[in-house]
Amino acid sequence: MTTAIELADSVRRGETTATTLTEGSLAAIAAGNGALNAFLHVDVDGALSAAARVDRAVANGEDPGPLAGVPIALKDNLCTRGVPTTAASRILEGWRPPYTATVVDRLLGAGAIPVGKTNLDEFAMGSSTENSAFGPTRNPHDHARVPGGSSGGSAAAVASGMVPIGLGSDTGGSIRQPAALCGVVGVKPTYGMVSRYGLIAFASSLDQIGPLTRSVADAAVCLEVIAGHDPRDSTSLQEPAPSLVASLHDGVEGRTVALVRELLDGAAPDVEAAVNASAAVLRDAGATVIEISIPELRLGLSAYYLIAPAEASSNLARYDGVRYGLRVDADDLTMMNVATRTKGFGDEVKRRIMLGTYALSAGYYDAYYGRAQRVRTLLSRAFAGAYGRADLLVGATAPTTAFELGAKTTDPMAMYLSDVYTIPSNLSGDPAITVPFGSGADGLPLGVQLLGPARSERLVFAAAQVLEEGAPR
Amino acid sequence: MTILDGYEMVVGLEVHTELKTVTKLFCGCANAFGSAPNTNVCPVCLGLPGSLPVLNRGAVELAMAIGTALGCSILPSSFHRKNYFYPDMPKDYQISQYDEPINVGGTLELPDGSTVRIERAHLEEDTGKTTHVGASGRIHGAERSLVDYNRAGVPLVEIVSAPDITSAAQARAYAAELRSILVATGASDGRMEEGSMRVDANVSVRRVGDATLGTRCEIKNLNSLRSLQRAVDHEAERQSELVAAGGRVVQETRHWDEVAGTTVTMRSKEEAYDYRYFPEPDLLPLVPEDPWRDRVAAELPALPAARRTTLLALLGEPTPSQRDQVLSVVELGIDAMVTSAVSSGVDPARALSRVANEVAALNGAETLGVDDVVTVLSMEQAGELSATHAKAVLADLVEHGGDPRELAKRRGFEQLDASSLDATIDEVVASFPDEWTRYCQGDDKLAQFFVGHVMKQTKGQADGKAVIAGLASRRSR
Repeated sequence: MTTAIELADSVRRGETTATTLTEGSLAAIAAGNGALNAFLHVDVDGALSAAARVDRAVANGEDPGPLAGVPIALKDNLCTRGVPTTAASRILEGWRPPYTATVVDRLLGAGAIPVGKTNLDEFAMGSSTENSAFGPTRNPHDHARVPGGSSGGSAAAVASGMVPIGLGSDTGGSIRQPAALCGVVGVKPTYGMVSRYGLIAFASSLDQIGPLTRSVADAAVCLEVIAGHDPRDSTSLQEPAPSLVASLHDGVEGRTVALVRELLDGAAPDVEAAVNASAAVLRDAGATVIEISIPELRLGLSAYYLIAPAEASSNLARYDGVRYGLRVDADDLTMMNVATRTKGFGDEVKRRIMLGTYALSAGYYDAYYGRAQRVRTLLSRAFAGAYGRADLLVGATAPTTAFELGAKTTDPMAMYLSDVYTIPSNLSGDPAITVPFGSGADGLPLGVQLLGPARSERLVFAAAQVLEEGAPR
Repeated sequence: MTILDGYEMVVGLEVHTELKTVTKLFCGCANAFGSAPNTNVCPVCLGLPGSLPVLNRGAVELAMAIGTALGCSILPSSFHRKNYFYPDMPKDYQISQYDEPINVGGTLELPDGSTVRIERAHLEEDTGKTTHVGASGRIHGAERSLVDYNRAGVPLVEIVSAPDITSAAQARAYAAELRSILVATGASDGRMEEGSMRVDANVSVRRVGDATLGTRCEIKNLNSLRSLQRAVDHEAERQSELVAAGGRVVQETRHWDEVAGTTVTMRSKEEAYDYRYFPEPDLLPLVPEDPWRDRVAAELPALPAARRTTLLALLGEPTPSQRDQVLSVVELGIDAMVTSAVSSGVDPARALSRVANEVAALNGAETLGVDDVVTVLSMEQAGELSATHAKAVLADLVEHGGDPRELAKRRGFEQLDASSLDATIDEVVASFPDEWTRYCQGDDKLAQFFVGHVMKQTKGQADGKAVIAGLASRRSR
């Protein structure tokens, strides 16, 4: 399949038009979405008029930008002015935001064409996209299996060829795990590198937006476009976007890469084999590969399932039926709040709101939320210690290839364990990328995860490029 | 209506003041009172999904000015979320400072020399405003409720005193002095009636001599200094009677009923919310650098205590009533009219008296331009205006504005200059030779007779004191 960079180049050179590419994407969605349910909303008019603008710019001799005419899928927790934005929840059904997320504005500014909004686990809470109020998304490689989640819609849209680039959000692995399960590249940037303005919050201190693409280079271009300081997000880093494309082929010669035992513990044998093979590729490219253990990573999952629900319980309080979205009428205000939230939220969202409310309650705060925050500090320190010995860490992205629909829906703990390798990076705020690396015993795609210290995207992308080039065909 | 003998009250006040910033605390919406409902709103202050707060530097600066004026330490601080459901709170949590407030530990010295310690003065956002339509005017039984989010996100500073206050009068004096300080720093307009300054009182009682504090009640809905004083007195009486009768005070929030003059239960401690405070992940810690703190301190204007000292010094040896006048003009924030008039040559006692009596009585006195007031007082000092006319011109100024000399001329006051007054007096004296002789022989009561005739001739435009002075000087010739 053609990469986004190639597509944008051909639009900029006038060899094809943004309208042609957009029509192609819309046709692919029309043909495939019935089976996959990757898109919740397709914005035909918006996409075609954005494409027409890009084509006019090319005709006028202007440069429409590095993503000229490239169709893009947006996870439906990114606000788009006038276009339905649901976070896959009944509670936001019918809501049309009066404003657009910073990342979407930046994509439009770079010539990209947002074609629609993709499915997700409700409010990004889940690892299979089965928690969507609008039905699950299916894995393009096997429709009986999940695409992973919560950015399963974007992952499926990219993997099936509907769009070359999708945006997702990653709170505990929600970009990387579905990317791995669908066989695409997925990036969780350094916390603060990409503005969260317009991203419907799940857990504010963990959420980060990133690209899902078919190549490392496409992810680099996309991240360059969406990254960089945004005055509307106080947690956004005070620095411009890093230049990633220029150093993409810097290689890993002379670098030290550590295989982390805890990022393989419990992985299926085929997953473990792929990770070991990826280490060999890096070694062949001139890196020194060592094996280390970071025991603190084992605490990540527990800390995450206190911190993320705690923040979520507060972030989701605003869906009370008063101002927008669903309202279920009742006798008085409190009963209206209760009825609205009872009907509007799905089980997983309710479970996490209850967990988080409990963790923050008077008398329990120190034992739960407070303690989880101390674990988070401990884990960040442990990562820093590891980066004293190695430039990059390598491990699995997910314990297995894509599992069957319904396999884990009745066992939340089993579902939560899908993110055991990805959660630590969210707690530390450090960047991580998953690169497709062959397939498992069942023939389904596998991903290998590279982790680096904060702001080390250049290094992470150069190593990812090496893995992509060395991956089994 | 007062506390029983043998008991004493312990009072601490929590004062919320809206800050006079141009924009709200976390977004660029106008911080304006009185706009059409829901016009000063945006995704951020409406708490729309995906929106994020960005701290307003101007609000931080005003909070620092308040802290500096109260002698607080200005410390690195952070924001928390206070979680509770209420329709006037768009996010269903309030962003507030919790365990790390920006201003910590200060003192407020009251005009009577007593001091009240300040525990903290922290930043937080205001909520929207709910109007309940229906019989009761409160949420229970309302037909429907309307919410105006213009106020949502307006910056507030909450100033918490230590429980150092021991009488209702002291509570009032504390609130009045704090209000003057807030106005002086430019942080607030201090209007209790409009809700830009809100006072809650924590009141407890104990037997005189007891070391431990009694159970406290928090009194809300205090819309004026007067209701504060009345409510504290009433509550201390209620609690002392309750305790004296063998009862126990229940910790609760009580609502002051201004009309009935009583407090009634709003919610008990058992019904108190668990706010589930936790650090606001969308904002970074606030660490004001030293040069910023220094600049705020350097730019702080003269505070009420210093201004009172200045006025008292101008008077030399002030009488008790002048001391009261000094207190009142500073409390009303119109003391600059006095000091400016004095430096323009107006007699200090006259200037204080006019400003404390005539100017202060005008509705909207604080809107008068200092220069205009000085002009009027100077004209009076020079004999160009009588006291009555000066007052009329000041009233015109409040009502219509404009140039005071023009206003005086329009009313025809200025025509009566010194020479035409002299001519009128001469004319009147000549018309009543017998009375004049008796006056010259020492019948002082006749002065009023002449004043009356001069007033008649001048249609009331002469200054009575100037006429008497003119008569006296003629008699001594």
